[in-house]
Amino acid sequence: MNIGSVKYRIGKSSGFQILTMVLAFACVVPLLFILFFIIQAGITKINWHFLVNIPKPVGETGGGIANALVGSIIIIVVASVIAVPIGILAGVYLAENRKSRLAYWCRLSVDILQGVPSIVIGIVAYFWLVKPLGGFSALSGSVALAIMMLPIIVRSTEETLKLLPDSLKEAAYALGMPFHRVIFKVIVPVGVSGILSGVMLSIARITGETAPLLFTAFGNPYLSTNVTKPMQSLPLLIFNYATSPYNDWHDLAWGASLILLFWVLFLNIFTKLITRKWKVQL
Amino acid sequence: MESTIIKSRDFNASFGSNHVVKNVNIDIPRNHVIAVMGPSGCGKTTYLRCINRMHELIPGATSSGEMKINDENIYDMHPIFVRLKIGMVFQRPNPFPNLSIYDNVIAGYKLNGIKLAKADRDRIVEHSLTRVALWKEVKDSLTKKGSFLSGGQQQRLCIARAVAMEPEVLLFDEPTSALDPISTSTVEELFHELKTNYTLIIVTHNMQQAARVSDKTAFFYMGELVEYDETKTMFTNPKDNRTQNYITGRFS
Repeated sequence: MNIGSVKYRIGKSSGFQILTMVLAFACVVPLLFILFFIIQAGITKINWHFLVNIPKPVGETGGGIANALVGSIIIIVVASVIAVPIGILAGVYLAENRKSRLAYWCRLSVDILQGVPSIVIGIVAYFWLVKPLGGFSALSGSVALAIMMLPIIVRSTEETLKLLPDSLKEAAYALGMPFHRVIFKVIVPVGVSGILSGVMLSIARITGETAPLLFTAFGNPYLSTNVTKPMQSLPLLIFNYATSPYNDWHDLAWGASLILLFWVLFLNIFTKLITRKWKVQL
Repeated sequence: MESTIIKSRDFNASFGSNHVVKNVNIDIPRNHVIAVMGPSGCGKTTYLRCINRMHELIPGATSSGEMKINDENIYDMHPIFVRLKIGMVFQRPNPFPNLSIYDNVIAGYKLNGIKLAKADRDRIVEHSLTRVALWKEVKDSLTKKGSFLSGGQQQRLCIARAVAMEPEVLLFDEPTSALDPISTSTVEELFHELKTNYTLIIVTHNMQQAARVSDKTAFFYMGELVEYDETKTMFTNPKDNRTQNYITGRFS
């Protein structure tokens, strides 16, 4: 083998390494651009007034997004109350009964559910809840979002619990603990960081969902805390106001986008922190 | 005449179609140390796990025959009562990693939701840790996590956790195979201490250990109980050829 061909191969190898590095950096660029763009457009719109007031009618200046902020929080809290217990317990079942027929079908459905377009979930919630109940409501929006949260919580709970050693469960059973105590006092507490990170990520995932809310929570120009009535939320506000012809409303949409972005960013960072802080050393 | 605490008659255990414990008949006397030895895969651990019904937790595991504690059939009792009467210590130390040393000792009470007065808790913790010769080493770090201890200390913590429930029988599944020699001898010394209050059944693949710690020895081979006798007799004058071959190291 001559020196030339070895040199050529060394050159090709370093070229390839540089290529992977450049492409890795390319993955960071979109987020940086989004951050830059939205901060630039939104930061001047955000002030105290913006956070505690509801939007003004067209033609009046000022106004804020308090209704959307409160609405988003309520819708997400209700969705979490529905999805978290169901998701965690289903995940426990999957981790405990790895080979059962039900586990197989549950896993399959959950994986497919994860790929169902959010607008379809919105339509289903519309036919299940909005139509029978006779009107748009925040609750139906929460149900739609809860359905979107489920797959993430179920799978992350299952994956977390599957990694725990069997010896842990045996220790608990050998002390005469019944199944539910083994789960709630030993397995879940030891796996809490993984389960919580799944919950947080699922919340981060649904925070910005617009499509399922379009024909469920619908939106509301006023501040409402009644979950049986239409309610505003951040993504709905952005959707409606950004497509409006009024500059004041565009400003509100930019500010709301920035808040939404910070929210998701904060959730992700917070998740990383709790995963580290609450990790139980085995 | 010594009284029998555990009694098996024609006891069988399987994993699916794999018959691993065959027609075992054994009488285990109270307050003795019983060693169960045999080559890998001879069914000794499976038999042990049948005594406190841990065997059935494995999918596909079945058992049949008679297994009694104090003349009461273990398989007619609720497994939770069985496991409260028959404690277990595992091959690898498995303290609860999310609990402190203190809480690990009273885990059987705490995690079962049994309320105890603070004074009782303190007494049980000190008593149990003293029994396993761990109290002096950990009394100033009771609030630290159990996983912070060394392997040998963790194993003694696990024994303390089992002792704290005041069972009648303690099962040990190769309790020292994951420990260094010094920790092993500390644990072995405990066996002599513990037999005044409990009946100890120890599965071991280490013949010297069986000879050192036990009063009686059971030899399992290919799922059968080949021989069961006083340890001294067993090691000096075995009746069965297979026992003879095993203790002279002709197979392992």
